[in-house]
Amino acid sequence: MLFNPPHPLEVKVLTRRFSEPNCASLETYLAHDGYQGFRKALGMKPEEIIDQVKISNLRGRGGAGFPTGMKWSFVPRQSSRPKYVVVNADEGEPGTCKDRVLMENDPHSLLEGMMIAGLAVGAHTGYIYIRGEYRYLIEIMDRAIEEACAGGWLGRNILGSGFDFDAFTHTGAGSYECGEESALLESLEGKRGVPRIRPPFPAVSGAFQSPTVLNNVETFCAVPPIVLKGGEWFANLGTPKNGGTRLFCLSGHINRPGVYELPMGFNLLRMIEEVGGGMIGGRKLKAVIPGGSSCPVLKADECDLAMDFDTVAKAKSMLGSGGVVILDETADMVKVALRLMRFYQHESCGWCIPCREGTLWLRKLLERLDAGRGSATDVNLVGELARNMLGRTFCPLGDAAAMPTISIVEKFRDEFEARLAPARDLVEIA
Amino acid sequence: MTFSPALEARLAALIRRYPAGRQRAALIPMLMYAQDETASITPELAEEIARRLGITTLQVDEVVSYYSMLHRRPLGRHHVQICTNISCMLTGGEELFERACRRLRIGNKQVTADGQVSVEEVECIGACSWAPALIVNYDFHHNVTTEKLDQLLDSLRGAAGGPTAFRPRADRGPSLKPSNGETAVDSGAA
Repeated sequence: MLFNPPHPLEVKVLTRRFSEPNCASLETYLAHDGYQGFRKALGMKPEEIIDQVKISNLRGRGGAGFPTGMKWSFVPRQSSRPKYVVVNADEGEPGTCKDRVLMENDPHSLLEGMMIAGLAVGAHTGYIYIRGEYRYLIEIMDRAIEEACAGGWLGRNILGSGFDFDAFTHTGAGSYECGEESALLESLEGKRGVPRIRPPFPAVSGAFQSPTVLNNVETFCAVPPIVLKGGEWFANLGTPKNGGTRLFCLSGHINRPGVYELPMGFNLLRMIEEVGGGMIGGRKLKAVIPGGSSCPVLKADECDLAMDFDTVAKAKSMLGSGGVVILDETADMVKVALRLMRFYQHESCGWCIPCREGTLWLRKLLERLDAGRGSATDVNLVGELARNMLGRTFCPLGDAAAMPTISIVEKFRDEFEARLAPARDLVEIA
Repeated sequence: MTFSPALEARLAALIRRYPAGRQRAALIPMLMYAQDETASITPELAEEIARRLGITTLQVDEVVSYYSMLHRRPLGRHHVQICTNISCMLTGGEELFERACRRLRIGNKQVTADGQVSVEEVECIGACSWAPALIVNYDFHHNVTTEKLDQLLDSLRGAAGGPTAFRPRADRGPSLKPSNGETAVDSGAA
């Protein structure tokens, strides 16, 4: 089974149908509130839909945590151009595997979320950009689209309302960078996944230079229950300004890794101990990457905190994409820093110099340090280079590479120093 | 250049998905689905797709050189993609990758002499909670152990004697049976 057995501490909103037999089918979906949010939204004004999403305090589940209702309200009401709904299903942030679970088990909720977004902004076409590796999910989504069309839930004049909506899947072809929204739009248009300069933001000029609502899979999946049960109900599940639940992907050195739906603000230590079943072999916790590999790491003594966007930001990290990677005392932090930098260097699109050159330099320095051939100057240079990348790159990939690196070098400097080359060797190399 | 009727139908449908005048948007999906049948992006294929979309072959080449899943040379009949990114690294993904290379006697992105199996170290594949994980063609394998890896490689090379669980990329139907990610295998359905 792809998904793990549920945990009693879970609050099942987006995953509530997962335990039903044949949960991905239209039949099961319809038997459990399926398309009822859309039906209700048909009777609402566009601004009323957006208001409910605003009240819900739903924030972007892709990683940035931007308020979804506000994002939707930026789409110009009057526009001579057609508008689009685009789903970011290019899940690729290391540590993150939740959108996969949603599309596999509840594909219709994604379609319903897209349709409600279409009603809210006046869009009649939606594209689901799915990473190429997820081919079986593209086929699940294609089948769900076919089923919904055959059942009259998608296509022309849905439920006799006069509202038309078409949804299509679109495969990626292997690129982390395409998870960045403007690079995704370039890729959707058949080009290299190179980010666009912003503004204009996608809400004004996105897919095919038209106003576009672009959100993560999980964000769209949260919309039907928000419309059906009300924004306030959803907001009350979480903490102030952090509405609802979210899918946390626990991985690494724990006994029960898995994807668990927990309320926003759930305590990280409890998440590890109670939901994740504690550390493997009873070993000691060393560090946690709280929201995908781009987030600064938290040391064990920084982990007693509420997992919502604002609390994790106060701890100088990020809630990010919900990928919680747990590292125990055996984890080699120099290797962790090197592995992550190899990733960012491989995925840097090469468009802007600080990222292209910075990630390469950092990879080479970290390789030297990992091999025991580095000097104390190299350790300083890693931090210095990474800090020089921050905020100086075209898109957030540069920051994503720099942030975990800076935090690892600062918080685990002793591990780097223990690996320095003996002074004698350094003289020879010099 | 001619394709199977199923692929022709798919390519035609892909072009229709995008707004008028924006057909270039179909480029990456067309390349991905065509590559499943032709095994790689040959110059001939690039020209054919360019012609159908009314763009230059240079515009196709630009895209092919950018995306890691588009290949100019054929991969093995079974392309084994082993994740070694953070969650898989912590649970033994690097050891699995090295073991696969050793057993197959090939390096990263190389193909066995008989063309049966290729191996690639890949970045995060979205299986972090079921790590370490790998993908064979498009089929996920989770919680992979060294024993499971050995069995898998043996079955891919046909060493076990019986028919393999996977069909060649070239005759994969357009549809995989999506029961769940772990056991998704060809259904043969069109």
